[in-house]
Parts: sequence; C-alpha cells; structure tokens
Amino acid sequence: MKTLLEMSGVSVSFDGFRAINNLSFRIGEPELRAIIGPNGAGKTTFMDIITGKTRPDEGTVIYGEKSISLLKMSESQIAMAGVGRKFQKPTVFEAQTVRENLAMALKNKRGPVDVLLYRKTRRGAERIEEIAGIIGLSDQLPRIAGELSHGQKQWLEIGMLLAQDPRLLLVDEPAAGMTPAEREHTTDLLKRAAEKHAVVVVEHDMEFIRRLDCKVTVLCEGSVLAEGSLDHVTSNPQVIEVYLGR
Amino acid sequence: MSRQTFLTRNRSIFWFLLSLAVFTLIVTVLADGIGNGMISTSFVKTLGRTLCLMLVAVAMDVVWGYTGILSLGHMAFFGLGGYMIGMWLMYARTEIIVSESLRAAAVPPTPEEIHDAVGTQIFGVVGSSDFPLIWAFASSFWAQLALVVIVPGLLALIFGWLAFRSRVTGVYLSILTQAMTLALSLYLFQNDSGLRGNNGLSGLQNLPGLDSVPQSMVSIAFFWASAAALAAGYVLFAWVVSGKMGSVIRGIRDNEGRVRFLGYHVESYKLFVFTVTAVVAGLAGALYYPQAGIINPAEVAPIASIYLAVWVAIGGRGRLYGAALGAAFVSLLSSWFTGGGVPNIPLGFYTIQWTDWWLVLLGVSFVAVTLLAPKGIGGLFDLVTRRHPVPVSTTDFGPDKGARRTVEGEEEK
Repeated sequence: MKTLLEMSGVSVSFDGFRAINNLSFRIGEPELRAIIGPNGAGKTTFMDIITGKTRPDEGTVIYGEKSISLLKMSESQIAMAGVGRKFQKPTVFEAQTVRENLAMALKNKRGPVDVLLYRKTRRGAERIEEIAGIIGLSDQLPRIAGELSHGQKQWLEIGMLLAQDPRLLLVDEPAAGMTPAEREHTTDLLKRAAEKHAVVVVEHDMEFIRRLDCKVTVLCEGSVLAEGSLDHVTSNPQVIEVYLGR
Repeated sequence: MSRQTFLTRNRSIFWFLLSLAVFTLIVTVLADGIGNGMISTSFVKTLGRTLCLMLVAVAMDVVWGYTGILSLGHMAFFGLGGYMIGMWLMYARTEIIVSESLRAAAVPPTPEEIHDAVGTQIFGVVGSSDFPLIWAFASSFWAQLALVVIVPGLLALIFGWLAFRSRVTGVYLSILTQAMTLALSLYLFQNDSGLRGNNGLSGLQNLPGLDSVPQSMVSIAFFWASAAALAAGYVLFAWVVSGKMGSVIRGIRDNEGRVRFLGYHVESYKLFVFTVTAVVAGLAGALYYPQAGIINPAEVAPIASIYLAVWVAIGGRGRLYGAALGAAFVSLLSSWFTGGGVPNIPLGFYTIQWTDWWLVLLGVSFVAVTLLAPKGIGGLFDLVTRRHPVPVSTTDFGPDKGARRTVEGEEEK
C-alpha cells in the first residue's frame, strides 16, 4: 500500500482558536479510513486543509507519487489532481437538472475554452447513465435537483463525487438523512471505491463505521487522539472520556 | 430521443430574432430615409440607440443574471467604445474640413500643417493644439475600430484579473466596479486627459466623407447596423450561456465554492465572462454614440451603470430577452417622461412635473419589481409558456459565500 496523502505537523488557528493542532495523518491507496471525533474536533477543517479551502499556519501536506505539496495549489488544481469531496450538507446545484449536475462533475478538461467548445459525447452520456444507475437516480436525470428529497440529494452528491473519478475521496457524513437500506447501499459503495482508491469518511454514526470495517482515526481538539480498529479505539479510556462517554 | 439542435433547444432565440427582424422592417418602411416618413429621423436614431442599449443589457445579464457578478461598471466599457470610434469620426471629419479650407491658400499645405490645424480645431476648446499620445491612431478607421475592442477588453481583463484573483465578490466587487467607472469619468473630465475634458467629443453624427448623404439615410443605416449587432450579440451570448458553459457559470452564481471543488478555476470563468461582455459593451457603445452625436465624461458616470442594472432587473435577470426588453422598455419610457412627452398632473396644491418626478417613479418601480415580481418583464412570458426557460438562482442575488474564509465557516458543513 503506497502512501497517497501525508500530512505532518499541521496547525491552523482562527482568531486565536486552534482548530487543528500539530496534526499528522497519512492514508495509502487503496485504503478506507473513518474519522470520528466530537463536535469542534476539527474534522471539517481537516478536509478544508486538504482541499485547499483553508491554508494551515504551519506543517506540510504531501500528495501523490511525485510528492507534490497541496499547500501551493488552488482548490481547483487540487480537485483536478484527484481529490474529491462530498460535503456534509448536500450542496448540489439546485437550479440545474440532475444530468447537468453530473455532467459538470464528469472528468473532463476544465478550462473555459474547453468548456465553451465542449460537445456532448456518447461516452459522457453513458458514464452519466452508469453513475445515475449506481446512485439510483436513473429516472430522475431530467429533474431539477432542487426538487429532489434530502436523501436523493445526498446520492446525487455522491454521484458527483464518483463522476469526478478522484483518487482521494473525502466524504463528510454520507449517511445523514438516509434510510437503513440506503445506508447499507452507501457502505457498499464506499467499500467498493476503497478497493482502488483512498477513501476518508467522516461519520458520527458508530453503527455505520462498524459496517465499514476499517481503520479509525479519532480526532480531538485538532489532533489525533487514537488510531486503529474500531474496537481498539473505543476501548481507549481517553476516547471514552472525550467522545463516547457523553 | 429526437435529435436536438442549438435552435430547437433555445426557441427564445428564434422568437427574439424574428421579432427583431419584423421590428426592423416596420421601422424601415415607416422611416424618413427610405420609407413613408411616419417616423422622424430623430426617432429612428432613438430607436437605433435603444437597440445598442438592449445589446449592452444582454451582456449585463450574462454577467449578473447568469454569472452572479453584479458589475456596476459596464457602462464604462460602453463609453470607452464610444470614445474610441468618436476619436476617428472627429479627426477624419475635421481633417476633411481643414484640407478644404487650406486648399485655397497660395502654397499647398504640407501634411504636417494639416495635422497641426486639425489639432488646433479639435483641442482649441481645451486651450491646446497638440495631439496627445492616445490620438496616435485617430487618423485610421481600422485602428480605432480595433481599439473599440482592445481598450474595453484590456481594461476589463486587468481590472477583472486583479479583482477576481483576490476573491473579491458580492457587494465589494460592485463597489469596486463603481469606483472604476467613477475614476474613469473623473479622469476624462480633466482638460488634459486628451479627450477634450467635459466637452467630450461632438459632431459624431456626421460621417467623414459622407456629407452628401442625408441624416435620414445615415440614421437608418445605423439602425440596421445596431439591429444586426444586437442579433449577433444575442446569438453569441445565447450560445455562451447554453450547454456546459452555462451550467458552469450558473453554478458559479449559485455556489462558487462548490464549482471550485469540482476542479473548475472559477476566476478564469469570471474573467472570461467579464471580458467578453466588456468587449460587446464597447462595440455597442461604438454604435450608440454616432447616433447620439456627442459623448462626454458624464456618460461613464457611475449612475449610467446603475441604470443598466435597473434595466436588467426590471426586464428579468437570468434570461437574455428579459434584459433586452427591460432596457428597451425603461429607456424609451425614460426618454418619453424626461422629454416632456407625458402631461403634468396638477394636484391643485402641487403640480407633478414628470421631468422631475420620473426618477422617483423609476426608483419606486425598481423596488416594486424587485420585491413583488423578481422575474421582471420576462416573467410575463412564463404565463404563456407556463415554465421558466432557464432555472433561476435558488439563492438571493446578494453577496455570495465564495470568498475564502477567515473563520471556521458554517456554510458548507
């Protein structure tokens, strides 16, 4: 298992509040990793740093075989390098159709001129159909995304993530607002993606994490509190105190 | 699935072009120039100018309604286009007049003498006779025509690059664009700006070498040119906002952060839209001012660009024909009210004089449209077709949340 992403000694403060404190983290490819932690542990900020939304005050973030630093890249460059993100609250483009949402996410050239001269291809259409099939929205393609239910928006967001064909998938609370059957489907999807790629899942639901059956990282106050199997971390007294004990 | 072409997917283009063609034909038949003279030459010019305003409104709609950048400076590009073509018009015509008068002299004038005499004629009004550097190409029609595109385009490119790369968005960007157009107009007001200060450029309705052609013919020619430019600009922008490009720029309008995480370089897209629309605005200005006859720095004052936004808002953001109709409707109504065409209303104790009260009426209607009918005039078409051709923004048109955060944000948790 090669290392795909390595963060070391990363710290970031917002107005004096240390959201991330000397955090070190590494994930290989392929690997499935779950991240848990109490509210304010820095899970979202952790993703913001990887995706380039937040610049850390110190530390390094190294990505890929060529060991490029993500800190020098813009959000769009990081996304093009293969880092995809699913937000906690589904953020699909509500004024556009499901097909348009997926087409926008589809892996293609992203320059303004490429997009202006873009012509729909059969391969693109097939890929959209395929993804729509995976996320169960095949017959919803012409619908406006804003009309979808919360769960369907979650699926669309996951579909957009898959359409990007990323190497590192950052998935924030994928199961929120889903029925038990949908959760199971999500678990399968993430597990399948993790056979080839690196997948980081942030989740609160312990049952969901147990089903993922993977290495767990516990974040607390901006740094790693414990790491290992779910049983290992849940038996850690510190973890019980800050997170599970409540 | 039946094969869809660009036109069948965008039926509004067909209807817009058809209406424009019919309108152009009717005006031509009724005009003074070649028709039966029911429409006066000055009104043909007003209609031609209105077509130019419709074109710049369509460009504004692409910037604001589709991309979500509330630019309050696009009339600066419009004015710059007018200045660029005005320089050639003034130079070339003055040169002809000066050569005529010098021909009578015993010794034939040298080109330098003619050039100096032209300079005295043009800049005498600001107490100068030397050509400033910016008039270097004024003698060449093609060079000035190129500058109509280059000057607004370059200004938009530099301004946009600086603003967008710093992630200035929302109201802050609007204020910056206002500052840009204000700075430009203040600069042009100076006598030593090289563009005749507050006198501006005048006599633009007289085309050099075409003195024998009556204004009634000139006006109809410009009317056609304006209609053709509007048609071409409309098709261009309809193409830009359709398909994947339209999808991405509407995505930027609704949630630019999300577009960024999909791997699109949002700043390039904004810059592209800002610059292309500025170039079209410049071209529209170059057609407008020969029909107006005069351009002065007041034309690029901040209020002009605010009017532009008002037209688009009243016409309906997010659909091109709405913006065009809004510009036509409000600007024609405006010239009717301010031109004294509307009878005053005597209330006994006070007389409402519309030349004074028009702005109040416009302001009230702007607020009313924004609050009560956010789809604007274009929304009336939804009553016929029973649907909105382009899904509108689901969020408000105010400042967006795309700017880089300095605090741990809530917006996309």
